[in-house]
Amino acid sequence: MIPAPFEYARPTTVDEVLQALAEGGEDVKVLAGGQSLIPVMRLRLAAPETVVDLGRVAELRGVREEDDAIVVGAMTTHSDVLADPLIRQYAPLVAEATATVADRQVRHRGTFGGALVHADPAGDLPAVALALDADFVIAGPEGRRTIGASEFFVDYLTTAVQEGELLVEVRLPKLAGSWGMHYAKFNRVAQAWSIVAVAAAVRREDGRIAEARIGLTNMGPTPLRARQVEEALAGAEATPEAVAAAAAHAAEGTEPSSDLNAQADYRQHLATVLTRRAVSTAAGL
Amino acid sequence: MTAVEERTGTEKEIGKARRRKEDARLITGRTTWTDNMVLPGMLHLAVVRSPVAHARIAHVDVSAAQEAPGVVAVLTGRDLAEEQGSLPCAWPVTPDMVNPGHPSIAVDQVNHVGEAVAVIVARSKAAAQDAVELADVDYEPLPVVLDMEQAVQDGADLVHDHLESNTSYHFVFDAGEAGTGADTEQAFADADVVVSRRFVQQRLIPAFMEPRSVVVQPQGDNYTMWSATQIPHILRVMLAMVTGVPEHKLRVIAPDVGGGFGGKITPTPEEVLSLLVARRLGKPVKWTETRSESLMTAHHGRDQIQFIDIAADREGNVTGLKVRLLADMGAYLRLVTPGVPVLGAFMFNGIYKFPAYRFECDGIFTNKVPTDAYRGAGRPEATFAIERIMDELAAELGMDPLELRRKNWIRAEEFPFTTVAGLQYDSGDYETATQQALELLGYDELREEQRRRRESNDPVQLGIGISTFTEMCGLAPSRVLGSLSFGAGGWEHASIRMLPTGKVEVVTGSTPHGQGHETAWSQLVADSLGVPFEDVEVLHGDTAISSRGLDTYGSRSLVVGGSAVVKAADKVIAKARRIAAHLLEASEDDLDFADGKFSVRGTPGASLGIQEIALAIFAAHNYPEGIEPSIDAEATFDPENFSFPHGTHLCAMEVDTETGFVKIRKYACVDDVGTIVNPLIVEGQVHGGLAQGIAQALYEEAVYDADGNLTTGTFVDYLVPAASDLPHFDTGNTVHTAPGNPIGAKGVGEAGCIASTPAVVNAALDAVRHLGVSDIRMPLTPERVWRAIHAGGDGGDRASARTNAQAVDSSDAPSTTGGAR
Repeated sequence: MIPAPFEYARPTTVDEVLQALAEGGEDVKVLAGGQSLIPVMRLRLAAPETVVDLGRVAELRGVREEDDAIVVGAMTTHSDVLADPLIRQYAPLVAEATATVADRQVRHRGTFGGALVHADPAGDLPAVALALDADFVIAGPEGRRTIGASEFFVDYLTTAVQEGELLVEVRLPKLAGSWGMHYAKFNRVAQAWSIVAVAAAVRREDGRIAEARIGLTNMGPTPLRARQVEEALAGAEATPEAVAAAAAHAAEGTEPSSDLNAQADYRQHLATVLTRRAVSTAAGL
Repeated sequence: MTAVEERTGTEKEIGKARRRKEDARLITGRTTWTDNMVLPGMLHLAVVRSPVAHARIAHVDVSAAQEAPGVVAVLTGRDLAEEQGSLPCAWPVTPDMVNPGHPSIAVDQVNHVGEAVAVIVARSKAAAQDAVELADVDYEPLPVVLDMEQAVQDGADLVHDHLESNTSYHFVFDAGEAGTGADTEQAFADADVVVSRRFVQQRLIPAFMEPRSVVVQPQGDNYTMWSATQIPHILRVMLAMVTGVPEHKLRVIAPDVGGGFGGKITPTPEEVLSLLVARRLGKPVKWTETRSESLMTAHHGRDQIQFIDIAADREGNVTGLKVRLLADMGAYLRLVTPGVPVLGAFMFNGIYKFPAYRFECDGIFTNKVPTDAYRGAGRPEATFAIERIMDELAAELGMDPLELRRKNWIRAEEFPFTTVAGLQYDSGDYETATQQALELLGYDELREEQRRRRESNDPVQLGIGISTFTEMCGLAPSRVLGSLSFGAGGWEHASIRMLPTGKVEVVTGSTPHGQGHETAWSQLVADSLGVPFEDVEVLHGDTAISSRGLDTYGSRSLVVGGSAVVKAADKVIAKARRIAAHLLEASEDDLDFADGKFSVRGTPGASLGIQEIALAIFAAHNYPEGIEPSIDAEATFDPENFSFPHGTHLCAMEVDTETGFVKIRKYACVDDVGTIVNPLIVEGQVHGGLAQGIAQALYEEAVYDADGNLTTGTFVDYLVPAASDLPHFDTGNTVHTAPGNPIGAKGVGEAGCIASTPAVVNAALDAVRHLGVSDIRMPLTPERVWRAIHAGGDGGDRASARTNAQAVDSSDAPSTTGGAR
């Protein structure tokens, strides 16, 4: 289908982007990889006045190492993330989750930052970013600010990025110690969105689970941390029984939606099964 | 002499796995897809569609749309009411069937979401689409009828309030009354065991790859229509009858068409509207649908509620079968809407020797898009029911499901066999196909693994599902269609033109939409005439070139259309024989024809190739007196019986009892489709059919919400599997040639789709039957499987809310400003 008419800007620097956003009128949309924006425009569910295309902003692409963090440019494509040695070394959970995103074609165009700012509850990367305590660097007219993942995801399809602002990069902290990670995704067909997914990162120490971070995908309007599971796992023995007992708390406090793929109670059940499996794998059980 | 290539040796083309000669252009898209057509001055149509399922149209204001940039005209239902006629239904299955008529564009009332209410005509597609949002239509809501079981209750709300009920027809076939079987009631009264089940055939969407598209060019009082249709010949007749454009003033062309699966088998509202608009404006027009329009408004398939009763004795001999169907017609009757369940009426008995059988079907109107043919059309529904109920009976009797089948199926030596439904099955051997399939699957090892998993209480259980199916193909003997009140015959036409250079043009009336006719027909003709495969060109799809034809559906093309080609080739040879005898100065009786050459018996070296004769007769300098100077020929083939492909399909399925996720571990099938002209095409058809049949079992379902909006409005929610979601297929064949046609082919287009669905569901149930599960509603979503295991029942309805993942449904008003980035 054909989108409604719109103005189009294609800046080449972040400063130009911010200027275009400021001048774009009432309803300005940022076009990153376009994997969500273009379909909703073609279906005329979105009819922005101006589209600001980030495709030529070179400074937004790429992965680099900066002290104790891995910094991922917002316009780095999923396939570039997958191919990146730093990601593989320091954030294998990101690589594992990214590999499950849609299909090759989508991963070639879709971007790391675009997926996070879009903040679809069924998207895979938000829960991973939340589990890894990523920091988000946002540029705006007043300069740059950095906020943590726990404050970044605000509501359904809504993040802390305000009108006139742009997500520039995401900082993934290098984790110290012996971490195991796993992303357990549940969907019906390979290219589909997650019905439920669980991102687990587990630090083992002397046969025990010293620390666990669990992110839940599609268990509410925003990604969630399974705090009760994390608390139950902290210091627990690394045994299947202990993991199962902790995972039983996975759905506590969640309010997942009911839709074609799953009703809420089934999603909550899945969260416990997938949490058990994700933690078990991450813990090497 | 001639510029033909020498045919090397006597290697037969039939049986050769030729790569398809049409594929390069189809795959690259560099071909005549209808939407690729651009004509000078062509205008573009966009359709304003109803956002409500059932309402009276109170007011239509298109003034703003009319004034929009680039808009040439806006036509409403009122504007076209006098000339639009009714879309045709060719199959009044009973004398008193109620047909409410099917406007192409709603005038006073809309009866399903997506029904056309106005047509925008603009200079560009973008301008037409922009103006859609400016049309202002007021609807007065009427109660929405969606559930068939409620729709047939006394006092139910009516889809068409000028009718007495929501029932279009009540069709009965009773073997006792027809004289093909015993009294069914008595059989059930005498039975040791009766098993009754209610099965649901969910609504499906054909989801062909190429969206529908129409181009109409008016020239004087003639009209040429290009359409992505399966049925250019039938469409031409029907358009003439509907619109009053005389048939001889109308040329219909189906250029390359990208799939149909039955979804392009009916004249569409948009084809009629495009013709009416072109006639009114005198300008060429194009309409091409979006995928969302396609899912919402192109006809759907299946959608039956099946009440099945089976009777047997304690030893497992089946004694009777009763079938009662509710079949959802949707809001209107399209070309063969009412006939689809009737096509299944004669197949519910499957391959088994039932002594008694009764079939009843009610066709029901609802406020949904009409149903019509979808790959298999009636036969998948029947096959599913019988193969599922045989498993249920086996469980009831404590018998092995394969043993129960074996006890009741027609034995190889019993062919031809007249069934309780009155059909004469032509040939086959169910035992041999089954044995081969069991070996392909590795049945014994998998049964052993199943036992181990049960004993260890493994969270992942294993099941094996069986489907031993047959289908009636080769649609169809014209006299049989007549006896079923179908409005046309089932013959097929072909002609062969021998060109001066020896090349051959084959004109077929069986219009392909991706099946590979060009390759297979070339193989047939290469063998018949003894000419090189490369020297044959197959023409099709244009009523001005292929003047007679009944097109492609019902696994008929090779069986009926291919037979017409072979018959035409025989006539070419017969005509050439007279010329050859004349030129070789020999008696016709002394001529042998082999490898494309006539040779004089007993006179070595005296021979003449058929391609040389083509040039000789083109020059026409020297030919026998009293005959025409041509060896071209045509033939019409009308089969005397259906053909009956059969096969055994086996599915091994893993079921994760913790999540409900099902995964096909292994799939093996052995099909008997008669003579195989091209093994590669046959395997491709089986693979595609399996994908589609498995998709019904596991993935696809058209879901409407309580207001009649299609919730599965995009491919995000209407799940069509990709290769990555399907297992490796182990396929094999047995060959029992069909006696009813000169090729011996039985048809393969629908086999995989018909056979696989019950094999997959039976496999899942076999995995969890020991946990108390005896039915799971299709598609087997993980949620349904999990609920069936943990809460009993068949898994229940799905929530009809859309998913979070950007899905839209037809209730979405155009032009909202979303929060998406």
